[in-house]
Amino acid sequence: MSYDPLLAEIRFGCGLSPVHAPPGSVQDMLERLAGPDHAAELWPIDGPEVLMDRQQSFAALQRQRREAKGDAAQLQRIAKDISALRKAGRAAQLRWFGQSLRRRIGSEDGFRERLAFFWGDHFTAMGRGAALKDGTSPYVEGAIRPHLAGRFADMLKAVTTSPLMLNYLDQASSMGPGSAAAARRKKPGAGLNENLARELMELHTLGAGGPYGQKDVTELAQLLTGFSFTHKQGFVFRTGYAEPGPETVLGRSYGGEDPARLDEVLALLEDLAAHPATAQHLSRKLAVHFVSDTPDLELVEAMAARYRETDGQLLAVYEAMLSHPAAWQGQGNVKPPVDFIGSSLRALAVAELPVDKRKHMERFFVRPLRMMGQTWETPDGPNGWPEEDASWVTPLALAARLQWALAIPGQVTGALPDPRQFLTAALGDRAPESLRFAAGAAEGRREGIALILASPSFQRM
Amino acid sequence: MSAGEMNRRGFLGRGLALGCSAAASPLLSTVTFASAPWDARLVVIILRGGMDGLGVLQPWGDPAFAALRPGMEALRPGSPEGAHDLDGFFALHPAMTPLLPLWRSGELGFVQAVSTPYRDKRSHFDGQDMLEAGTAEMLPRFRDGWLNRMLQQVSGLEGETAYTVGVPEMLLTRGPAHVMHWSPEAKLELTPQAQRLLEMVMHDDPLFRDSLADAVSLAQAREAAPKMQKGAKPPAGHQRLASFAAGKLRGDSRVAAFSLGGWDTHNRQDQTLTPALTRLSEALLTLRADLGPVWERTAVLAMTEFGRTARLNGTKGTDHGTAGTMLFAGGALRGGQVHGRWPGLAEADLYQRRDLMPLSDVRLHAASVMQGLFGLPRDVLEGAVFPGLDMATPSRLVL
Repeated sequence: MSYDPLLAEIRFGCGLSPVHAPPGSVQDMLERLAGPDHAAELWPIDGPEVLMDRQQSFAALQRQRREAKGDAAQLQRIAKDISALRKAGRAAQLRWFGQSLRRRIGSEDGFRERLAFFWGDHFTAMGRGAALKDGTSPYVEGAIRPHLAGRFADMLKAVTTSPLMLNYLDQASSMGPGSAAAARRKKPGAGLNENLARELMELHTLGAGGPYGQKDVTELAQLLTGFSFTHKQGFVFRTGYAEPGPETVLGRSYGGEDPARLDEVLALLEDLAAHPATAQHLSRKLAVHFVSDTPDLELVEAMAARYRETDGQLLAVYEAMLSHPAAWQGQGNVKPPVDFIGSSLRALAVAELPVDKRKHMERFFVRPLRMMGQTWETPDGPNGWPEEDASWVTPLALAARLQWALAIPGQVTGALPDPRQFLTAALGDRAPESLRFAAGAAEGRREGIALILASPSFQRM
Repeated sequence: MSAGEMNRRGFLGRGLALGCSAAASPLLSTVTFASAPWDARLVVIILRGGMDGLGVLQPWGDPAFAALRPGMEALRPGSPEGAHDLDGFFALHPAMTPLLPLWRSGELGFVQAVSTPYRDKRSHFDGQDMLEAGTAEMLPRFRDGWLNRMLQQVSGLEGETAYTVGVPEMLLTRGPAHVMHWSPEAKLELTPQAQRLLEMVMHDDPLFRDSLADAVSLAQAREAAPKMQKGAKPPAGHQRLASFAAGKLRGDSRVAAFSLGGWDTHNRQDQTLTPALTRLSEALLTLRADLGPVWERTAVLAMTEFGRTARLNGTKGTDHGTAGTMLFAGGALRGGQVHGRWPGLAEADLYQRRDLMPLSDVRLHAASVMQGLFGLPRDVLEGAVFPGLDMATPSRLVL
């Protein structure tokens, strides 16, 4: 089997749409991805600078609070401003979530949306603290989305220097035990933090089985000291935090100059990105995400080979995946809840989403996603969302999908379509006979639509 | 094919995947079987937010207590609306008045001055992760929880041995051992025709087919729960969690876990602690009522990520602290007493001069309960279940 436009849209895109035609070929898919980001223009999401602005506002209020020195009226006003800022943060997160759904509904370049989610999950980061807490979308928009079709090394560098990641994995305050900063202040808790260094190798590049040990983690953590950020500038390299002396990671020595040099750390990131274990880890993860929990080994090897040959050009790796016959076989993965809801809305051709109505957004999308096991932008940890089908199809999560399919489509569309027509919109000619029969035998439109959305044919991709 | 048949089929499918013997299959045998090699029941309640142990089990017998908690005079035992004296030293918060009969009959007890090994950073998230993971130290990522690791040690477990109840998945029960997950919040409102058609379209995909069968039977079990009396208040969320757990434990299930929130009492603790304690009391009473005779063989452990500061803060609340109190209930445990030693509240006796000093590892008590009730060997509890735990000084919670 090879390229099939319907399967291309279902498996590698955001699902079939009665409005938008699927791409015509692998080449067409890749050209759209390499071209301009129309969805981002049509449905904008703020970039990370909005988080820096927010941090400055919080910092200003905290300063005012210190200066108020017990003035009750002042303190009350400041508390009100802080709470308003928090509320605005949550509202913005909801609006960005709505924009992501709109992109999935309306995009002509569904592969891009899927890749943005995949890489955003690969580099899971959740901000801590009032200002960064709801900032995942701007982080993905700024650090990941521009690099989807570029070199992996560039994405890696953008992520590893992004304030949200430095904040999430405790890098911003990590200082070398022998650094000038550590010598100056004897602050309790100040010192080396290995969190980012470990995840950088285990999750982001080499993979858990990769050829590294604790010594590499510690040395890498020392090399990364100095990676930090400020509210005003974003990323900064604090040479005063940097551990002096060269560090050896995976047998190669980096750094050692005084003052420490940023380009030495970036060279290390390049080397990690170029490592064959990284090629293998990323190729397998892409194949698992898009094709199967147990992907064909030749498919993975073809992708990894392209990765090695092209110095990690992601477009070439995607091409290796999409042009391999194994990518078009099998029953397909179960759609994670975000994909399930997104592709349902796309098949229903939902014209307008209530992105500024908090209560609607929560009832239609936020709470259902939580019941389905995928609370928006809140995975359990830096390893992101699970890939295994079985983790999404539990009785509780399946009941939530069924209830959603019964209750919500009628509320987000003007009028529900005829189930027999909807079957073609949602699955083309790929619906099995039993589903065709069931859609026609349902008691009403509502049940018919729900049956189609709940069917394994639709829930798999 | 009826939902019932499908359900058994799904059940068998999972049983085989777990390596159960065919003799235990419901299709081949009508003999009822326990779903674990023991009969006792364990309920673990995670109290999220950091329960103020000193506010719940109030040490009025300690000379320093009243000064640390100014404004609590109205609660002094003997006052009209005061706390209930338990043993001349401790008194129970008045919001737990409905539990007094359990204390008197030995079905409710406490362990004082307990904590997890988590220290100093006092973050809810990290603290709860440590409590549920059951590890000796903070790790960047936790793969499984101690209740799941306990289940992994027991071979031949059936599909419904353990339940996580409530919408959020819990780290406590996460891991390779199969744990059912359901919430009384979940709804599945299918007409018979819609259900039949759904079963048809899912029939050839075992993952969906089996999950649907389980979901249908779980949702029906909820509907089969006794109807409320007319005019009575509908049960609140915490009562429904407890009721669902009890319903399962009366059957083949042996272990259930759920969470209760609302313990982060930074402000006006005179007001904010009461609702959380009321919910906990009602959840325990619901468990007791709905478990019926099984309550005699049940152990309920209610544990929290950390205690709170010994002193009241500037907004009449308490901040994140270290040692706290574990509450336990059930007929299988030695209640009617406060276990553990008392560290004292004099400033020099406090941990970092601010928190109650931890004197025992909360994991020790959970481990001893599982040793006593389930017969798990000590080396397994000290290794696989609670790595780094030392059970040299056993706790004596189990009767």
